[in-house]
Amino acid sequence: MIQELPKISTSLFPKSDFPNLLTAVNGQALAYLDSAASAQKPHAATEATTAFVEHQYANVHRGVHTLSQLATDAYELVRDQVKVVLNAADRNEIIFTKGCTESINLVAQSFARPLLQPGDEILLTELEHHSNIVPWQLAAEASGAKVIAARIHDNGELDLEDFKAKLNSRTKIVAFTHISNALGTILPAKEMTEMAHAFGATVLIDGAQSGPHAAIDVQEIGADFYVLSIHKMYGPTGVGVLYGKLNLLEAMPPYQGGGSMIRSVSFEETTFAELPAKFEAGTPNIAGVVGLGATLDYIAGPNWNRDSWVRRVTEIGNYEAVVREYGVSQLAEIEGLSVYGDAEEMAGIISFTLKTVHPHDLGTILDQHGVAVRAGHHCCQPLMKRLGVPATARASIAAYNDLEDMDRLASAVIAAKEIFA
Amino acid sequence: MSWDLRDLYQETILDHQKHPRGKGALENATHTATGYNPLCGDKVTIQLAVNDGKIDEIRFDGEGCAICMSSASMMTVSLQGQPVSDAEELFQRIQKFLTANDESAAMEDIDTLGDLAALGGVRRLPVRIKCANLPWHTFKSAIQGEQSAKTE
Repeated sequence: MIQELPKISTSLFPKSDFPNLLTAVNGQALAYLDSAASAQKPHAATEATTAFVEHQYANVHRGVHTLSQLATDAYELVRDQVKVVLNAADRNEIIFTKGCTESINLVAQSFARPLLQPGDEILLTELEHHSNIVPWQLAAEASGAKVIAARIHDNGELDLEDFKAKLNSRTKIVAFTHISNALGTILPAKEMTEMAHAFGATVLIDGAQSGPHAAIDVQEIGADFYVLSIHKMYGPTGVGVLYGKLNLLEAMPPYQGGGSMIRSVSFEETTFAELPAKFEAGTPNIAGVVGLGATLDYIAGPNWNRDSWVRRVTEIGNYEAVVREYGVSQLAEIEGLSVYGDAEEMAGIISFTLKTVHPHDLGTILDQHGVAVRAGHHCCQPLMKRLGVPATARASIAAYNDLEDMDRLASAVIAAKEIFA
Repeated sequence: MSWDLRDLYQETILDHQKHPRGKGALENATHTATGYNPLCGDKVTIQLAVNDGKIDEIRFDGEGCAICMSSASMMTVSLQGQPVSDAEELFQRIQKFLTANDESAAMEDIDTLGDLAALGGVRRLPVRIKCANLPWHTFKSAIQGEQSAKTE
């Protein structure tokens, strides 16, 4: 098979910007293809974070002293940056959490649980990660509501007809992933949101995989809630983002109680702080949030704005699609190999199985060749059941991967096949 | 192939994976347990027909990686016709062999393990020890009258 592909001599992000990518693994240069689990960190961002911790650090939103003010400014500046990344209407719509999972749990507990009545429905899709299933089950159990899932086609695309058919006046929440972590399918978020809104449902979109790979515009999509995982965006662990429409967040009760989220406290009564502080109880991950800001600066370059951000992430998405296409073309040459996910719109994920080699063995053998992939159910057991496989191997592509990584993947897969021949 | 892979995927392992022994259902089972590794999805069911303190029949069924499936296959060969007390003693030797921190302690009984010694390659890959151990823990659960086993 001959593919017409643009020549890529170097990756979009130089590997040398990411010290961990230069680590030798099992005596081999590392081909890191597990960024969908967690992306590697650019040195520029970790250096900037260290500089902040060593020279500007103090607690935020508390002290009148200089360092506290510097730290607060640095922390709040990142809120403005994330507002631009998501094109939110108001900076108070951006809540920092400890991760994507916490963002979803916050909405499930503070928004869905008080709203849901027995017989109400929460509509998900078969593509969902456990973290976009279990929080809804917990909210449903507490309220007598029901969780249902829209089907997918065999190629990993959402069955929009089924999605539509499962929407009704009892549907109160619709939650779906923007990009499938297991297959790479990109969902038509805007269309789905419009369909859900037509039935009066509130929509949460799981952006764990879309953050670093696609331009996101929450206003254009019309999302009520949108969540991000920062460690998958080349940023630090322990930071997540919850975007929520202002009127929704304002009406919601707090998720956790503590410092920062109050206006006044007595033993008789507590009044809560305004947004976004209402949802940021306790000392936040200050260095993590500042590290996120530095990471965004790395991705988009100095003095970036909405336009240049959109240009950059679109370029990243297009680049990764080219690398994926090349990788798939190389893997397709291997007899007995099946790639899962062949939707019209695919992000940089290649999920595959090899007839004679279990994904777990494949994972070990690839690792010995310096190729890091994920092998398993990808926290998507319902999806694996739907596909009729116990597990797959998943190579996920980031902006620092190149065509050589795909060649290394293909030749390691061939080596694995030979062991089991 | 690097040294490590040859060590892990020895001929014995590949042979048992391709030609599993003792695979299938056992109709007259007195003990049955299913083991599951939630991390990777490996699943193995062990069935035993125990009479007068002896394992008359042992079968396994399930789905999993080569290490797990061949470990199960080799286990059926080792335990078929054995007194339960000997089987439990072998279970203990396997635990030491796979998981003892001290390398020389782990290797103490290697000459007594026969084909099972081929499982030793997982010692260098901590995440894969559970794969080799799942059938054994499932056997242990079955013999103790429990219905499920986990490697975690």
